[in-house]
Amino acid sequence: PVPSLHQSHLLRELIRTIRTARTQAEEREMIQKECAAIRSSFREEDNTYRCRNVAKLLYMHMLGYPAHFGQLECLKLIASQKFTDKRIGYLGAMLLLDERQDVHLLMTNCIKNDLNHSTQYVQGLALCTLGCMGSSEMCRDLAGEVEKLLKTSNSYLRKKAALCAVHVIRKVPELMEMFLPATKNLLSEKNHGVLHTSVVLLTEMCERSPDMLLHFRKLVPQLVRILKNLIMSGYSPEHDVSGISDPFLQVRILRLLRILGRSDDDSSEAMNDILAQVATNTETSKNVGNAILYETVLTIMDIKSESGLRVLAINILGRFLLNNDKNIRYVALTSLLKTVQTDHNAVQRHRSTIVDCLKDLDVSIKRRAMELSFALVNGNNIRGMMKELLYFLDSCDPEFKADCASGVFLAAEKYAPSKRWHIDTIMRVLTTAGSYVRDDSVPNLIQLITNSVEMHAYTVQRLYKALLDDISQQPLVQVSSWCIGEYGDLLVSGQCEEEEPIQVTEDEVLDVLEGLLVSNLSTPVTRGYSLTAIMKLSTRFSSVNRIKKVVSIYGSICLQMYSHSLQALFCRNDSTVVLSKSSLFYRFNLHVLYYLVSLLFQANDLLDLLGGNDVVPVIQTTLPTKPASAGGELLDLLGDLSLSSRTSLSLSPFLSLTHSFTFFLSTVITIHATNTTEADMTEFVFQAAVPKTFQLQLLSPSSNMVPALNQGSVTQVIRVLNPQKQQLRMRVKLTYTHKGSPVQDLAEVNNFPPQSWQ
Amino acid sequence: MQFMLLFSRQGKLRLQKWYVPLSDKERKKISRDLVQTILARKPKMCSFLEWRDLKIVYKRYASLYFCCAVEDQDNELITLEIIHRYVELLDKYFGSVCELDIIFNFEKAYFILDEFLLGGEAQETSKKNVLKAIEQADLLQELWEPPQGWLSELSLPAST
Repeated sequence: PVPSLHQSHLLRELIRTIRTARTQAEEREMIQKECAAIRSSFREEDNTYRCRNVAKLLYMHMLGYPAHFGQLECLKLIASQKFTDKRIGYLGAMLLLDERQDVHLLMTNCIKNDLNHSTQYVQGLALCTLGCMGSSEMCRDLAGEVEKLLKTSNSYLRKKAALCAVHVIRKVPELMEMFLPATKNLLSEKNHGVLHTSVVLLTEMCERSPDMLLHFRKLVPQLVRILKNLIMSGYSPEHDVSGISDPFLQVRILRLLRILGRSDDDSSEAMNDILAQVATNTETSKNVGNAILYETVLTIMDIKSESGLRVLAINILGRFLLNNDKNIRYVALTSLLKTVQTDHNAVQRHRSTIVDCLKDLDVSIKRRAMELSFALVNGNNIRGMMKELLYFLDSCDPEFKADCASGVFLAAEKYAPSKRWHIDTIMRVLTTAGSYVRDDSVPNLIQLITNSVEMHAYTVQRLYKALLDDISQQPLVQVSSWCIGEYGDLLVSGQCEEEEPIQVTEDEVLDVLEGLLVSNLSTPVTRGYSLTAIMKLSTRFSSVNRIKKVVSIYGSICLQMYSHSLQALFCRNDSTVVLSKSSLFYRFNLHVLYYLVSLLFQANDLLDLLGGNDVVPVIQTTLPTKPASAGGELLDLLGDLSLSSRTSLSLSPFLSLTHSFTFFLSTVITIHATNTTEADMTEFVFQAAVPKTFQLQLLSPSSNMVPALNQGSVTQVIRVLNPQKQQLRMRVKLTYTHKGSPVQDLAEVNNFPPQSWQ
Repeated sequence: MQFMLLFSRQGKLRLQKWYVPLSDKERKKISRDLVQTILARKPKMCSFLEWRDLKIVYKRYASLYFCCAVEDQDNELITLEIIHRYVELLDKYFGSVCELDIIFNFEKAYFILDEFLLGGEAQETSKKNVLKAIEQADLLQELWEPPQGWLSELSLPAST
């Protein structure tokens, strides 16, 4: 049975009882019972037990139970005259009250009174609470009191007032000015508590205001003196930590010196000696000494120190790297990372130690070592460094692989000693971390490979061999498919110079590509790439029938899957484009998709196989509209098409529509203008107008001359935005010069096939 | 310092001191997530980590984890010393402190912390002075007589 808990039970008894609960449910039951008792006690306005009840509530709050009904009680405790009440009341306020609720403002008056209390410990409670959780309004109201206490000779209060002032300034920066007079002789204090908090206050003011910074620069000599005394003074039991006198104060002074010395030659010079002294004389066997050295290094690196001092600092970091204590290694790597750009040569000297840290067990150390290693790669050390980094890539945690792969690609691009080395490095990354490389790596690598003309044979051979081993890593498969599609002829003709050429037949190559098409491991995007590759090979290989067969089986479904997949990647459900239209990955994949579509159109035989009917076939894809600037690309692609008009639809005597495909909200139509007369039509301009509900975009025409006697045509690609899906009608105006005279031809085109606008 | 948490190896919170304004709900979420993250770390890992956009410094003393979230410019190594100083203060006050002391006298642990740090910064660097102040305040608590002249039942300080 749950023991009954009378509200007069002491706090510790409650804690003991609650801890006997064996299950969460049992605990909850006890707590609920106790809370009920406490609530009724609060309702009765019982002064006697209020303090204890709030304390109990705070314990239960720490266990995770709601305690908001105690908030007002805390305020009552604060207002009480009993010190015990105030102590618990202020604690409760700090734990239960949220400065964003108005309730806390009720504290303001109590705090004001307590700041002026006759007992310093009560004043202390008020200062502490204000400095911990005071809202902006409270700070505004009470800043004057804090400022008063900042000038008191009572060091117990003065130190607290200083930190309280820091909080006030953080909350209400405009109030900073009013504390300026009180800072006048803060540093003349002997009391370390006051000194420490004063330095914190001065630091805050200097960081926030350039004027304050200028004003306080004159304190540099005094700060240097105080620091010197701390270092030179004998053993002081009160402030000693492992043989070092008040390390906390030393660190804060060093930090303030950093801020004051930054971008100021004179101040930097004034602190030069003391920094050198601290850097060389501080005991390094314990963490506390290293903490001071660390701060010293940060200061040296940030001010205008002379080069000797900077080298000293970097060497300290170098020694840190060899320290057994991993925390020390961690801060060393962090600091070196900050300074590697400005002091590159000095950091280079510690390169091998940094590389060793790649093998550290700690994840944060590894990450920093990796970043630093990449920062240190240059033309001289690229081979050695890359060896280490690739080894790291092989064995590192998955969370590193993407960044490491990107880093390797970047470094290789900048410093590759040879094209072959470059390709080999890429291969290594793709085969060992192929699933982790970023999306835009694929188009980047394809670009790189395309440009390395003399390596094509070698590259395609290596990629082909990689595919034989493993088709699970999509980026590798995509790059490989692309290359095989481009350079498959080099592959089967065994032209590789860099290594032993392999013997492979066209059928074997097509086996592999077809395998990708059907494999469960391939994503729709990958299937799109392999289909594109297969189709490209129809012009390079002789096995055209086999290719036709593949396309007839897989072409349509593959294209649809690819385009749907791209839409899912590029758009949300409402077809708002989420991936940046400027991203390489986006542009490249649209390019591949258009290319695939155009290849399918290009091979007119294939169109028949795609389930042609006598209407112009339209392949419905849902894609975001191509940005206007890329119109040229589209035309380039379509310009590759053979212009036989076997399946074209005549729109008028001159005009025929050969292809159209509808993207998400717009339709792209290709219109051909032909000329059956005996004279050329020159200066040919095609203009079109559509009804209001449409929007029209004419891309650049293929030329402005339509040759006579059907010897050629002008191709005009039109993009029509048809959000209301109305029947497309167009008024067309053709202007040209024929046999020397200008001609104007107007036509209404109303017979667009339904598929081109539905 | 933005906050300090003390928690056991089972993830039970023993002390939470917040120096930044956050709602109860937000505090609970941060505590829960951070505690899980730290408990998942192996002993060989270093005492520092980046978590969300915070720098975390933590150290384990016996069955208690002491965990602080500090600002970007704060010196992690000296934060370890701050943590150590707090442990020393608790140790001196409770006499060879253990987790149970913190559990049963949690309000004292807060009082001590509030004499050592204020607004997330050290207000006193002398161990002696912090302990003296606590001693005096405890005495005040014991001896304080309200105007009515009768003593209320007080929770007794740990030293008696």
